[in-house]
Amino acid sequence: MSDKELEKKSVFLRKNILKYIYKAKAGHTGGSLSCVDILNVLYNKVLNVDTENFRIPDRDRYIQSKGHCVEALFVTLADRGFFPESDLETLCQYQSHYIGHPTKKVNGVEQNTGALGHGLPICVGEAIAAKLDKKQHRVFTLLGDGELPEGSNWEAFLSASHYKLDNLYAILDNNKQQITGSNQEVMNTDSLRDKLEAFGWSVKEVDGHNLNALVSALNNGPFQTGKPNFIIAHTVKGKGVSYMEGVLKWHHGVPSTEQYELALSELDAAEALIS
Amino acid sequence: MELDKIAKKNLKMGRANQEVFAETIENLAAADPSIIAVTSDSRGSGKLVPFGQKYPNQIVEVGIAEQNLVGVAAGLASAGKKPFAVSPACFLTARALEQIKNDVAYSDNPVKLVGISAGVSYGALGTTHHSLHDFAVLRAINNITIVVPADNFETEQAVRLAANLKQPIYLRFGKKSVPFLSEENQTFEFGKGRVIREGADLTIIANGETVQHAWQAAEVLEQQHGITTKVISMHTIKPLDTELLDDLAKAAKPIITVEEHMVNGGLGEACASYLFQQGARNPFHIMGVPDEYTVTGSQNDIFKHYGISCDGIVAKATLVLKN
Ligand SMILES: Cc1ncc(C[n+]2csc(CCOP(=O)(O)OP(=O)(O)O)c2C)c(N)n1
Ligand SMILES: [Mg+2]
Repeated sequence: MSDKELEKKSVFLRKNILKYIYKAKAGHTGGSLSCVDILNVLYNKVLNVDTENFRIPDRDRYIQSKGHCVEALFVTLADRGFFPESDLETLCQYQSHYIGHPTKKVNGVEQNTGALGHGLPICVGEAIAAKLDKKQHRVFTLLGDGELPEGSNWEAFLSASHYKLDNLYAILDNNKQQITGSNQEVMNTDSLRDKLEAFGWSVKEVDGHNLNALVSALNNGPFQTGKPNFIIAHTVKGKGVSYMEGVLKWHHGVPSTEQYELALSELDAAEALIS
Repeated sequence: MELDKIAKKNLKMGRANQEVFAETIENLAAADPSIIAVTSDSRGSGKLVPFGQKYPNQIVEVGIAEQNLVGVAAGLASAGKKPFAVSPACFLTARALEQIKNDVAYSDNPVKLVGISAGVSYGALGTTHHSLHDFAVLRAINNITIVVPADNFETEQAVRLAANLKQPIYLRFGKKSVPFLSEENQTFEFGKGRVIREGADLTIIANGETVQHAWQAAEVLEQQHGITTKVISMHTIKPLDTELLDDLAKAAKPIITVEEHMVNGGLGEACASYLFQQGARNPFHIMGVPDEYTVTGSQNDIFKHYGISCDGIVAKATLVLKN
């Protein structure tokens, strides 16, 4: 896939996030828009996964710890061919498997998540198993920055370096906001890079909306042999829709009809600029 | 059959219990600086944004870290404060269970644990966000009162009493607006079930957001089947109102329990355990969420699916009385 195609796909995925949140009248809009470039790159440039035979043991693992941004995951999986996009018409409806968090009932979803602070420890287990079995596949997780204060993350940071899990990649969607306010106001995690390095991780920082930068960070590991990999992706909550960017209420805000149409027209304009 | 429509018009609508909780502690905090709200990026859902603005020195934010939330609240309580630790019931009573058991209950630190958006309030967000286990796990821990108010009256009373309680307590609130259930019975005491409707043929014991459905079912049973039903809001699961249960045992009429909880270990089993050890002979049926992968959908979808609804309870009651 060419750079332009990949860029266009990000716009398309953003439109679909909004489309299905608008339809379901529920969803985590801001955080889905901030992480969708990461998901686009993972599923179209990085992960070795098979849509027909998802559970084959040698697949790369991707576990979305910030499960509330399931809309970004679902539209990416649908686009990649894990299930028909039309399935998403049932998002959040009675008896649908497409609920407000990832579930293994959906083809392509690795683990059930939604309570924050669970993804990384499971990834540590997967990465240890891969080492024990001398497998080459890699293990990825996506964390929210508001999620970091969960103690389980820090327990897992220790285990990952203790077991020298250089096959493990933790990506932080560093959009600097959570529900109540900025991370700094709610619970400060500043000097994160120093903290993680002190915990024995190898850390890279990238612009989380720069697709090429993401591709090169995610495909060129391990950053240091014997150390787990941490990618701080600097992002903007609500990215791509001017009136949502950095505005708290869009954490789980649902656009009205006018807002939805305005968002689509902005995304159309962005798409037109990709020649 | 839209039975709930028949019955609904007789109930005056109130607000969500968690909203009334927030308003009540806001009122109490004005006169009592030892009241502290402890939150885990949860003040929005807990309707505590105005509280935080009004009393910035009476709110402690710990970020998304529920274990820390309960530990910090235990320390505050030990130092003489009156902490209300507020977080979605699902995370509060699962993630922080060891802190609840050791730092609150066992160490006797009078924290007021407040589980918001409880039961299946979060609907389609799925099982990670449901608390269908909280009665069961907390019932198995000594030294904690468990209270699940049904309406805004019970909520306000419960919060006021909890503020000055010297023992640990768990208060559980839902997200949806609920009706006022009884204008006549305005008494509230922890450990005393509130009879919101009298009847002779059958008793329904319910709590929280399910009581309104029990009340509606009783209305329909009376209007359409001539069956009179006693409805009890058993807001306190622990300690259980054994006096009231003794009376029911004596009458020996059928009992149906209804709860927004898994059928294992909740209100129904608490009542059954007491009654049958007393030698009660009442026909007894527990309604709740069965032990299976919970159906997906809104709270309303889930309630309807499992018969936690006016229709579902009426159907169960008529079946029970036929046998
Ligand atoms: C254990 C747990 N506590 C609380 C929540 C409720 N919750 C869902 S999203 C969220 C904020 C997450 O912020 P962040 O990790 O920064 O996500 P993003 O900004 O990427 O949306 C909270 C508190 C949860 N899902 N799990
Ligand atoms: Mg964030």
